[in-house]
Amino acid sequence: MSLFEIKNLVKYFGGLAAVNNVSFKVEKGEIFGLIGPNGSGKTTMFNLISDYYNPTSGKIYFKGEDITGFKTHKICRLGIGRTFQVVKPLGRMSVLDNVIAAAFSRVNTKHQAHDLAMETLEFCELVHRKDVLAKSLPIGERKRLEITRAMATKPELLLLDETAAGLNPSELDAAIELIKRIRDKGVTIIIIEHIMKVIMTISDRIHAINFGQTIAEGTPQEMANSPAVIEAYLGEEYAHS
Amino acid sequence: MRKYSPILLLFILILFPIAVRDHYHQHLMILVLMWVVIGSGWNVIAGYTGQVSFGDAAFFGTGAYTAGLFVTKLGISAWWGMLFGGIAAMAIAFPFGWICFRLRGAYFALATLALNEVMRHIATIWESLTDGMVGILVMQTFVSKVPYYYIALGLAVISVIGVQIIMGSKWGYYFVSIREDQDAAESLGINTHYYKMLSLNVAAFLTGMAGALFMNYMGFIDPEVVFSLHDISIMAILVGIVGGVGTLYGPVVGAFVMVAVHEFFRTGFFGFFKGIAALTGSDMITVFAKYVMQAHVLGFGILVVLVILLLPNGIVGDWNLIVKKIFPVKTREVTS
Repeated sequence: MSLFEIKNLVKYFGGLAAVNNVSFKVEKGEIFGLIGPNGSGKTTMFNLISDYYNPTSGKIYFKGEDITGFKTHKICRLGIGRTFQVVKPLGRMSVLDNVIAAAFSRVNTKHQAHDLAMETLEFCELVHRKDVLAKSLPIGERKRLEITRAMATKPELLLLDETAAGLNPSELDAAIELIKRIRDKGVTIIIIEHIMKVIMTISDRIHAINFGQTIAEGTPQEMANSPAVIEAYLGEEYAHS
Repeated sequence: MRKYSPILLLFILILFPIAVRDHYHQHLMILVLMWVVIGSGWNVIAGYTGQVSFGDAAFFGTGAYTAGLFVTKLGISAWWGMLFGGIAAMAIAFPFGWICFRLRGAYFALATLALNEVMRHIATIWESLTDGMVGILVMQTFVSKVPYYYIALGLAVISVIGVQIIMGSKWGYYFVSIREDQDAAESLGINTHYYKMLSLNVAAFLTGMAGALFMNYMGFIDPEVVFSLHDISIMAILVGIVGGVGTLYGPVVGAFVMVAVHEFFRTGFFGFFKGIAALTGSDMITVFAKYVMQAHVLGFGILVVLVILLLPNGIVGDWNLIVKKIFPVKTREVTS
């Protein structure tokens, strides 16, 4: 049994099929990349998984359980954490309070939540910024705060939505290193990314979609040579050369 | 200094009725303490949870009418209303929140405004229960104002401490998270609908208790008074905004300021215009004084504009800014 599975997922916005009959399985412990050109439906997929939208049809399974249509907060408590592409820091709260609020999903007392939050902040190397207001963080650290917050909910499956976008090269290396450490902790990861350096180095398997439909799936090596992927990204004439 | 100022303030408040025997000032202080309770309630739902309520009078009036009806319908003491008024207000808040927390931002605020008006009309029209516009008259328990003062003080202290405890707990973190970003809060496992309901019910309970206190203290209520949009609902917002939205002691400071401002206008600048009119014997100034005394709502408006422009976080929230303005710290210029 796969840890996570999507079966024939469809989402229509009016007449537009944003996600059209996509299926994939994610095994425990792997980093699963989700790629596709802009507007191909990657973030919509995440929003379907965490129930910000209801799917038009199709099923989502987590640990064998059908979680289609479960409320967002319940999905988090089941063990699926997520980050947002457009970061959503809780602006007028300190970084530590942001993480404590997340930690309360697993523990009940303030003391335990504080300990769990500090532990997570140390793991994600954001502890030196704990007393800063979240809105005053630069973009790189905001992205890191998103991951820290999601990690404080102790997920088994983590959905990362373009966490590397907008980072400078040294921050990029740090982000890759962090994602690897999260995987080593036993957390399964689905990652959406445009930066090929990131997606190609860390993914175990990659699933490519375009116009809401699956175009290819395989290892990073297979994807780099796949005509369908090259065509989607670079245009038809490059696919055959 | 800052740490001890709440205790110092409480000490002064305890001694106040012993030091000041004048009924008028005792009356004003009772109103201030009542507004501390209402302001604290408003602050929980609007200040901390970010769901702005224009309908606090719905809860206030429900509490007041519960206390009043205990006397006229059940024949028991109106003081029972202090507990059950809060519970009755929650009974209104619960179904309202259940339905209306699907709305966000300004739409929710409009719904609370509607709730306010709906409750006022119910109290007016349901004459067999509430006696409509005739209102409810209850014999006051005490002749002296001092017992009322200490009851109001007790209630105010309970609400401030209660809010402090709530805001230091899981609930508090969840409320503020919802204010900052509802979608992010959901993704962190927060059942936003449930916690917004909790927050509204805390606010309703405190406001309902204040309403019951008002019934006991004033001895008379009618729908126009306790379900008043501008005297209760808007006043609650002003107490919150002037004092400082989302600060623990904001409603305390706001209540002092707003009751003072209200009284300042009601008495025509503390009798200043009446004095001038009497002195000069001019009819025009007498008429002018009358208009000024009725213009307290205009005064509120100007005050809010000034506060939002100069102190967007209220008096408590921008306290450091005020201190800096009054005592400017001279910084040495760095010369190269």
